[in-house]
Amino acid sequence: MSLLHRSAAELLNDLTARKVSSVELVNAYAEQICKLDGEIRAFLHVDIDAALARAKEIDARRAAGQPVGKLAGLPVAIKDVICTKGVRTTCGSKMLEKFVPPYDATVVEKLHAADAVLIGKTNMDEFAMGGSTENSAYFKTTNPWDTTRVPGGSSGGAAACLAAGMAPLSIGTDTGGSIRQPAAFCGVTGLKPTYGRVSRYGLVAFASSLDQIGPMGCSAEDCALLLEVLAGHDPRDSTSANLATPEYTKTVNQPLAGLKLGLVREHFGPGLNGEIDAAVREVVKVYQSLGATVKDISLPYSKYGIATYYIIAPSEASSNLARYDGVHYGYRTDEKAMLEALAVEQKRYEAETNAKKLADLDTPLIRLYRQTRAEGFGPEVKRRIMLGTYTLSAGYYDAYYLKALKVRRLIRGDYDKAFEEVDFIVGPTTPSPAFKLGEKTDDPLSMYLEDLYTVTTNLAGIGGISIPCGLTKANLPIGLQMQCRPFDEERLLRAAAMFQRATDWHTKRPALS
Amino acid sequence: MSDQPYDLIIGLETHVQLATETKLFCGCGTKFGEPPNTQTCPVCIGMPGSLPVMNREAFRLSLKTAIALNCTIPEFTKWDRKQYYYPDLPKGYQISQFDLPMSQNGHLAISDPKGRFAAKRIGIIRAHLEEDAGKSLHDEAAGKADTRIDLNRTGTPLLEIVSAPDIRSQEETRAYLTELKLMLTYLGVSDCNMQEGSLRVDANVNLHIQTPQGKIATPIVEIKNLNSFRFIERALAYEAKRQYEIWQATGKKLGDPGVFKQTRGWDDAKGTTFAQREKEESSDYRYFPDPDLCPVITPAAQVEEVRQGLAELPAAIRQRLEKSHGITPYDSDVIVAQGRTLVDYYEEVAKIAGDGKKAANWVTQEVLRVLNDQGWTLAQFPLTAAVLGGLVKLVVAGELEVTRAKEVFNDMVANKRSAAESMQALGIGKVDSSELEAICREIVAANPKIVADVKAGKQQAVGALLGQAKKKNPNANPNDVRRICLEIIEKM
Amino acid sequence: MSLTRADVEKVSLLGRLLLSEADLDTMTTQLTRVVGYVEQLAEVNTDGVQPMAHALEMHNIFRDDALAASLPRDAALTNAPKRDSECYRVPAVLGE
Ligand SMILES: [Mg+2]
Ligand SMILES: [Zn+2]
Repeated sequence: MSLLHRSAAELLNDLTARKVSSVELVNAYAEQICKLDGEIRAFLHVDIDAALARAKEIDARRAAGQPVGKLAGLPVAIKDVICTKGVRTTCGSKMLEKFVPPYDATVVEKLHAADAVLIGKTNMDEFAMGGSTENSAYFKTTNPWDTTRVPGGSSGGAAACLAAGMAPLSIGTDTGGSIRQPAAFCGVTGLKPTYGRVSRYGLVAFASSLDQIGPMGCSAEDCALLLEVLAGHDPRDSTSANLATPEYTKTVNQPLAGLKLGLVREHFGPGLNGEIDAAVREVVKVYQSLGATVKDISLPYSKYGIATYYIIAPSEASSNLARYDGVHYGYRTDEKAMLEALAVEQKRYEAETNAKKLADLDTPLIRLYRQTRAEGFGPEVKRRIMLGTYTLSAGYYDAYYLKALKVRRLIRGDYDKAFEEVDFIVGPTTPSPAFKLGEKTDDPLSMYLEDLYTVTTNLAGIGGISIPCGLTKANLPIGLQMQCRPFDEERLLRAAAMFQRATDWHTKRPALS
Repeated sequence: MSDQPYDLIIGLETHVQLATETKLFCGCGTKFGEPPNTQTCPVCIGMPGSLPVMNREAFRLSLKTAIALNCTIPEFTKWDRKQYYYPDLPKGYQISQFDLPMSQNGHLAISDPKGRFAAKRIGIIRAHLEEDAGKSLHDEAAGKADTRIDLNRTGTPLLEIVSAPDIRSQEETRAYLTELKLMLTYLGVSDCNMQEGSLRVDANVNLHIQTPQGKIATPIVEIKNLNSFRFIERALAYEAKRQYEIWQATGKKLGDPGVFKQTRGWDDAKGTTFAQREKEESSDYRYFPDPDLCPVITPAAQVEEVRQGLAELPAAIRQRLEKSHGITPYDSDVIVAQGRTLVDYYEEVAKIAGDGKKAANWVTQEVLRVLNDQGWTLAQFPLTAAVLGGLVKLVVAGELEVTRAKEVFNDMVANKRSAAESMQALGIGKVDSSELEAICREIVAANPKIVADVKAGKQQAVGALLGQAKKKNPNANPNDVRRICLEIIEKM
Repeated sequence: MSLTRADVEKVSLLGRLLLSEADLDTMTTQLTRVVGYVEQLAEVNTDGVQPMAHALEMHNIFRDDALAASLPRDAALTNAPKRDSECYRVPAVLGE
């Protein structure tokens, strides 16, 4: 156990000093996975043999005094929405049950180049759509703090594996809060970088203008370590920012003087859980004690965040998921049975001389598509495809999609104004702590409304982090969200690390058998 | 079509494959005829996680073309997704341009050297860039076996050029496409190979019919994938007749409730167009801006720079040749139609020969005849422009008679030798002036009737002597013979 | 704008999803709620506001026209649910 709950930064020091080997580390995490993942179910796929082989090779290089990468020997878990060459990448969907990418995502190439050890692929809501990981086609992941509760989502496996000590670092993705919300629910630290900071090449798209890959770990310092490797311009991603990557690890432990924090008035409404409200107000006091000034700010358009998000994200998703048609990759319905059923339908309508039904009858190709997609996608994905298809369809585009793009600019404008006055915006990551498994599955809208504090970060394209800032009486983690100006992750991480040096919430771990 | 009781209204959508090395959004090659599915990568087969990056050269070629088509180039253009399901479209959408295309409002001038229609401008509504789809390989026993999908062509850059419905006949259609193809070739933006699908045409067709109640329009039909000029002409003729007959039978016209644009294919074997099966929803493409691609901004200065750097276009060359060499529109058309290398060749021949019209005759008749017969390109033609110019110059100067010059030309081509060698081999040389005078005296003496006629004022009678002189010596220059004979007769 | 069952049926064809009668009912109820919620955007005055289609405003991102390696055919086809040694396969497509 001694190895498991130490920060990645500490482990890296020990690896460098050769106090511990990468093989020992991988074995320790493998043991923990064996012990706990039967209950937590954070991983969709673990390959310990491959991880050990890689660890051995890195240990050998290190022992021989050869140069090693920035993460040399550290195990990293990867959300299963990121393509790994030769390793199944399912996106938590039956549609991609057998999909083995012939290429690595840019971030995976970067992890390889940094000599990280890929330990496994983590569970998630299907195609990253959801906030509980209950939408995985394979199984539900549980929250290590209370296994009757959800770990959050969509990067639920990514957060849960950290909280349970099954990996020191993990990679998540965030389209509307999918890194920050599970980080909050599981008591870990997760950063959604500014859009464009990390390449999306090889990230299976949900909503392309909102998706970002980001680091998750047990502290801001660990996230700095990982972000330094993940970030950077990628000519294969047209939307990747052509900016130099700061050396986050060099500065993360330097405090910021004269910090100006903004508290969003609209975040402290009646929907906010009282314990979370209180915890966030405590955070403010800590920062004030560290010399920060705090002021109230307003993001008046943020109340339209959910509505805007649930037009833009499903619209883009309906398009991005059109490629899953049972022709080029992935699942295809049983073609023979489908054709037979179609023939039966045709005979029936002919017998009924039902001209309308006959005219409307799917062609074999269209039925192949429709049945494949009906069987390959789960209910939430179908819902969003339907919603997005509707909002983009003839006659509705202006009222929904175009309107949402305009409100999106207003939301961004709010932030631009706020950041003229403050350095960071602080508030709760979620309105309530981790909810029970199954609690919200029947009510999609109530699940969507949970995202209210996080979606505007993605709409505005700015950076945001969630750090643990307390525990409820029921011993559930509380997350603090801090948002920053575009590409200001370097200072965001420093601000978060200041808090973590002053408190110990980030070191709290669930009691697991 | 003037004998018909209607006007044929045609607008063309032409998809031109741009001559880039690589595809529009990835580094795969664009070669035709490679084995199926060997020219693809995660990007062009839309594999999960892959992302497109725009090919700079494709945009540059489009810009050149749009400017040559006199289009306005907006400063801002963007990429949109056009969404529909088809097995040869692996992403489920085509990256194209919807409401803000890279160019619009241009025109292409057409004319007919044979005068079958008056010169006119065909409007260009827009030209936009988009990616091509793959190919569906249908089995012979259609309906039984699977359709096979080859994605080699997927993602190849296309420029879609949309004309206004300004075209009124098959002749104008041919002229428009011929001129467009020629222009694209001069710009070097496409090989325009129709057999390989580098230039594909969809035609929007309807009729304007004069009725006692005024002019009515028949519903518009789009005929898809017309892959040769012959197909296009036949399809248009068929469609005009079909629409007229349907109108006579049903009276249905454009804008009637329940009347939509119909898509038809062309069956060349049957010689008919046929309705393509479509669902009502299939035209709801749900366009929206592609979030994976950034917009393109083209400052006016860049447009100007491209405009300045454009190659001289066919229309301008024709005008220049007609003006500076005095040749007919017919000849300039023939020369320009062959491409820039023949234009340059012709101009050098004309310059050396000192007579543009004669040079044009030689180039359009003799040179093109040989190229045609031999299946040669101009590069394979053995006579350089300087050599041919020299030969034509002799003709221009009257030193070589046209028929003899053609003998020399043929000999030079056949035996690949110089004019001097050919002339020597053919025994062509200048006849010694005393010998020529002797011949003339001989034939004058032998033709008293002609002498009498000339004396009586009919100078042209001397022409009959020229053939006789030629029989005595084939090299006798007819002009010299005429002059000397007249001198002799005058002195008699 | 209220969403009818017929609208949902039409959208299911457009989005190529086959929904059972029961699915159609559920979907109509759920979508109606969500669409009802997002319609609150109508109250926002967006006159003169430029749409924001990208999170990061960049332009003229190009690559050079340089050949890169394509996938070996097997690698391209290997994920296809139905294929032969050369091509992807789908049920016969006739005049569609
Ligand atoms: Mg097109
Ligand atoms: Zn490619």
